[in-house]
Amino acid sequence: MLKLDIDPGLTTRARSAAARITQSFTWLFDDYSSLAIERTVLRLLGIDGALPDGKPLPNVIVDHLLSKKALAQGAAIPVANAMLARNLTAQGVADAVGKGELDLTAIPQAPSDQLFAVLDDLSSRMLTHILAQRETREAQFAKFGPRRQPAIYVIVATGNIHEDVVQAKAAASEGADIIAVIRSTAQSLLDYVPYGATTVGFGGTYATQENFRIMRAALDEISEVERRYISLTNYASGLCMPEIAAMGAIERLDLMLNDAMYGILFRDINPKRTLLDQYFSRMINAYAGIEIQTGEDNYLTTSDAVEKAYTVTASQLLNEQFALQSGVKPEKMGLGHAYEIDPGLPNSFAYELAHALLTKELFPDSPVKYMPPTKFASGNIFKTHLMDAMFNFIGQLTHQGVQLLGMMTEAIHTPHLADRSLAIENARYIFTAVQDLDASLCLAPDSFVNRRANQVLAEAVEFLERVAGEGLFQAMAQGEFAEIKRPENGGKGLDGVFRKDARYFNPFLDKLKQELGL
Amino acid sequence: MTKHIIRPYGDTSGDGKMQISFSLPVSADAVGKEAAALLLKQIGFDDIEICSIRDLGEGFAHFIAYAVTSATVDTAKIKVKVVDTPVMDMEATDAYVRENLGRQITVVGACIESDAHTVGIDAIMNMKGYNHRYGLERYQCFNAINLGAQVPSEDLLQRARAENADVILVSQVVTQKNIHIKNLTRLIELAEAEHLRDKMLFICGGPRISHELAIELGYDAGFGTGTYSTDVASYIAITLAAKAQKP
Repeated sequence: MLKLDIDPGLTTRARSAAARITQSFTWLFDDYSSLAIERTVLRLLGIDGALPDGKPLPNVIVDHLLSKKALAQGAAIPVANAMLARNLTAQGVADAVGKGELDLTAIPQAPSDQLFAVLDDLSSRMLTHILAQRETREAQFAKFGPRRQPAIYVIVATGNIHEDVVQAKAAASEGADIIAVIRSTAQSLLDYVPYGATTVGFGGTYATQENFRIMRAALDEISEVERRYISLTNYASGLCMPEIAAMGAIERLDLMLNDAMYGILFRDINPKRTLLDQYFSRMINAYAGIEIQTGEDNYLTTSDAVEKAYTVTASQLLNEQFALQSGVKPEKMGLGHAYEIDPGLPNSFAYELAHALLTKELFPDSPVKYMPPTKFASGNIFKTHLMDAMFNFIGQLTHQGVQLLGMMTEAIHTPHLADRSLAIENARYIFTAVQDLDASLCLAPDSFVNRRANQVLAEAVEFLERVAGEGLFQAMAQGEFAEIKRPENGGKGLDGVFRKDARYFNPFLDKLKQELGL
Repeated sequence: MTKHIIRPYGDTSGDGKMQISFSLPVSADAVGKEAAALLLKQIGFDDIEICSIRDLGEGFAHFIAYAVTSATVDTAKIKVKVVDTPVMDMEATDAYVRENLGRQITVVGACIESDAHTVGIDAIMNMKGYNHRYGLERYQCFNAINLGAQVPSEDLLQRARAENADVILVSQVVTQKNIHIKNLTRLIELAEAEHLRDKMLFICGGPRISHELAIELGYDAGFGTGTYSTDVASYIAITLAAKAQKP
């Protein structure tokens, strides 16, 4: 049995430092909200649609309340109040505000028991719907059997949702288990979620609720044909993280990219905004039974895979602790890592084996998301195809949860139909060839792989203990993560963070906490 | 055939053998195979051998083929625009700038507009560099400012103006439907409108960029696949020194 000999003392210290770091944000989670969180509440209350100029109604309402300095109590109460006063649905209220016919702050406040009753009813209805989606997913897996491990994960990125559907179905028929619809590269910095089906975008098309619905319906269809439940994933990240998490829960996405710190480090989104948004997003993910996936691979595309291997481990531990705070169960935490090692390094495969085993053993219940070579992928597609095979070898040998397949044309373009097919063929061949090989192997006690894994863990412990001492925001401001300096009050979206007042009410936050036992 | 008139080489001089791979919206059967062969014939290939047909699902098939071309190329007639400054290592570049310019060079870099992929700009600018070549941040002669990904062209130009930059370095990595051309063109147009174009060197890079394309788009230089920080640094140092020495 292929297993590392890890120092259990190091594991305990690592987890305890990560927990100390993540548990120091109760002031933020308890006392603050964000524009994105309020827009999420509105969406969950059933408000959708956009103005003719494309501005989504949740943004219209939140901006309306903000301009009247009436957002500190949250967006839910003013909407419920208008529903009562005008005898309208939540959508009706939104339409009226959108037309400029209704000022939510000009209506006398109804008694709080009536407001709470309206919000209780609406939130219960939405949570019932989300629960039904979770049960549908569970029923599908029960009917067709569980996902293979590692699951075959491929992307579609044509920029047109209808074209994406064709490619996703083709990929599913060749053996894909998970389809990721890549969104337009600029979407993470949009402070709104576009409305409706989209046929434009670069490197992908927009994450919209309608696009989610279209793709989920197509995959449900092909799941029946293939007798295998094909999962769907997209990104709950960027300035609209919780809104997209809500849309994913409503439309039954099965996984979502959701990293606690990615937006801060790699998209220069404000640290407070990001941590606040991820806290609420992950509660929605947890309740919907959505598997989250984290973005540790990004550390290695920026820095060296050997020198900075510990940053992956440290980030995994932080993502784990943040996720636990939002009620995500370990079996729904797809923590990430990546095969980004320099292929010219002697024993690169042994290094990778150590790193992959370390992740697997630190997080035995996690469906770890393993990312392919990208940094050293080149225009030499034949070489890249070979590197992808080595990556697939480690994925099966160490039983990672999700194998994000490498494409031989990684360095050239978004995958062509045949590229994806060849990648699936590569994975299936290797997965079958070395299916149970690990059961026949064991590591020599003082072998390189064992020493290397312990070294990475020790470096992660040292790093996390230092960060626990100085505080996460301070460490980020000093460039301790990914060699990028991110000050607490810098980055995009800080003006969308506000302090809640005593009347603040978010029906979903309270109910989700209760449901998730937080 | 004279030596500079060439044809693809399989295993025998002048055999014209080429390897081709493509997909068609056809079924993976005899009809599909014939469609693939006819397509290659129309392109002008002979001795077409479709050696693999793979069903891609949803009515598509993938083909791998070998075929013979009678086309030739006369290499003596080829003219390409390449960056022709010599390439120096970091120490040599630092020394060169000390001697010939006598001041630090400010470089502002970014991955502009829709592109979120910093791999390219990081490889050139980050301290660590790429493939055993340090990035511009480690050079003594450069004040290197890397703005990262998805930077609007306006912001890049504004920062470059504020820093009194000598060089603007733009990376475009992931591209689809030629968005990189649109992004690069937009930056140059804005720079011209703001009268910055002639005040700085404009350099672009990325897997789909060539020096020739860069010149065509109005840039001073372009760096494609297989070029490193040393290529970019040497070009900047030598070009700026030459400009400074002009009366």
